[in-house]
Amino acid sequence: MRRVSDVFFVRAEATIVVVCVALIAYFSWRNSAFYSYTNIVTMAQYTAPIAVIGAGEVLLLDLAEIDLSAGQVFLTAPWFVVFMGQHGVPLGWAIGLSLIVSSLIGAFNGSIVVWLKVPSFVATLGVNYVLAGYVLVVSSDITTDMNGTTGKFGAVMGISNWAEGLWGLGLVLVIWALLKGTVFGLHTTATGGNELGAAEAGVRTRQVKIWCFVIIALISAIIGIVDSIRIGSLDPAAPGLNEMLAGVTAAVIGGTALTGGKATVVGTLIGAIVLGVLEDGFNLIGISANWFILVEGAVILMAMAINVQLGRVTAKTLRQ
Amino acid sequence: MIGDDAMNDVQLDDTSTPGEGFARNEQARTSGVEDNARRASVESQDIILSTEGITKSFGALIVLRGIDIHLRRGEVLGLVGDNGSGKSTFVKILCGFHRQDAGKIFVDNQEVSFHSVKDARRTGIETVYQDLALVPALTVYQNLFLNREITRFGMLRWLSNRKMRQLARQYLDDINVQVSSVDALIESMSGGQRQAVALARATHQESKILLLDEPLAAMGAKESALVIDLVKDLSHNRGVSMLIIDHNYQHLFELCDRLNVLQEGRITLDLRVEDTTMEDVTALMVADYRRRIKLGQEELRV
Repeated sequence: MRRVSDVFFVRAEATIVVVCVALIAYFSWRNSAFYSYTNIVTMAQYTAPIAVIGAGEVLLLDLAEIDLSAGQVFLTAPWFVVFMGQHGVPLGWAIGLSLIVSSLIGAFNGSIVVWLKVPSFVATLGVNYVLAGYVLVVSSDITTDMNGTTGKFGAVMGISNWAEGLWGLGLVLVIWALLKGTVFGLHTTATGGNELGAAEAGVRTRQVKIWCFVIIALISAIIGIVDSIRIGSLDPAAPGLNEMLAGVTAAVIGGTALTGGKATVVGTLIGAIVLGVLEDGFNLIGISANWFILVEGAVILMAMAINVQLGRVTAKTLRQ
Repeated sequence: MIGDDAMNDVQLDDTSTPGEGFARNEQARTSGVEDNARRASVESQDIILSTEGITKSFGALIVLRGIDIHLRRGEVLGLVGDNGSGKSTFVKILCGFHRQDAGKIFVDNQEVSFHSVKDARRTGIETVYQDLALVPALTVYQNLFLNREITRFGMLRWLSNRKMRQLARQYLDDINVQVSSVDALIESMSGGQRQAVALARATHQESKILLLDEPLAAMGAKESALVIDLVKDLSHNRGVSMLIIDHNYQHLFELCDRLNVLQEGRITLDLRVEDTTMEDVTALMVADYRRRIKLGQEELRV
């Protein structure tokens, strides 16, 4: 029989689960509207992109890499759809092509990191700004509508209340299964944990890395397109780095280590929910958005401090 | 190497039967021809790995000047030499990491040519590197099956964790390796246990020949005993042939059936462990060193 304290030492997600439950309890006590249907829909829509980008970042953090361009890919993919629409490409095709281009951006990120040996932090930061600049130039910095998304297709792709939340959940589950259950996931963890050793054992570490960059770009693009179809318009000046940082924050407060080798998709999902609950709860109880950022920072610091302390204890107890 | 006086002078005859000891070798020394003839007879079914005249230079630096070794089936051969004697280079040639300038490698009496580590692995040569190539954040069974996972659902390559756990447990039991659980993380294990897991990984797939790079480096007595027992078990009960490099004589005397001494890019001594003592080896090496200084082949170094 496991003691409760053991659960905290062994399961990296435990801290964030407690934080999440506490926040939900607090906000529903302060305002009963927290549990209303529309509010839950709002939270699901807010949480989905953070959870998906966060899940993608988990793959990269597991490799001891990071993708700073994921948020900008999230924003740029729907722009590809719009630009292609302006050239007469039907919506379905435009979405497909946009996903392919986004995947290629991921492959480009990965190739620069693997073959040119540029640190991923720098390589993806560069790609982030290239994409942001591209959107500004091609859109002439004019807010644009996301057109032609009606009927069943439009509903599935974002118009329906639950579309974005379900897409988000589905993509997170796919990443979870990939990381937990497949050879690819095991090789990702192995590459992050001991790259040279994994290579000596025959793991194709370079391919693994490039694929991880492709996957995060692809899922960010999917949820980005769904998100923009729901909202109905695109803002060319939206900062992609914010969305990416929210994803990384969700991953890190969920128990994923920045240094590789420890990754939890479930923790990331809960981390994203915490961020969603925080933002939404603050709105509901009427605290200004300015306070939200301050409190969010405090929550991140606390969650990280607890995780690191528990991590230290875990490593010590296990070694004995 | 054959006909090389500098070598035959101190070469001990590896084919001598136990108990003949140095007296036999004195005799061999006087008759180089006889020695060569006996040497040829060794080339039988019994030899799993042998090399002929392996040389290697890096630019102007000559590292290996013609290495001849042979490894019998199930034998543990130690390759000893000081730092810079070329033993790591030699092992890296055997495992396909470097390519020799000249000379031949035979596995099962078939000449082989390695262009990569994978080539060597395909012919049954596994290497346990000093860094062990284990992933600390993964479990024992995940490391045992790394890159040889058992999967289901075809293209999905879904991991059959239960099967791998079961096989891992079974194999570790077979070779008497004790771990708290196959689900234990490598990072929670001691150096000896890690080495044992690395050895288990290298041997649980059909490897015929195992190259070990300082398997007892930085290990306490208890840890060493664990690894020594495992090496002996693998060679006696599983027929795994091993080549171990180390510069610690004491380790090699405990682990090996036979020792080859590598000095200045050549094998200068070949002796059975049971026929000799550590003092003898040291004395012979010093004698050889002095002789070469006398001949002007060696500059006096401090």
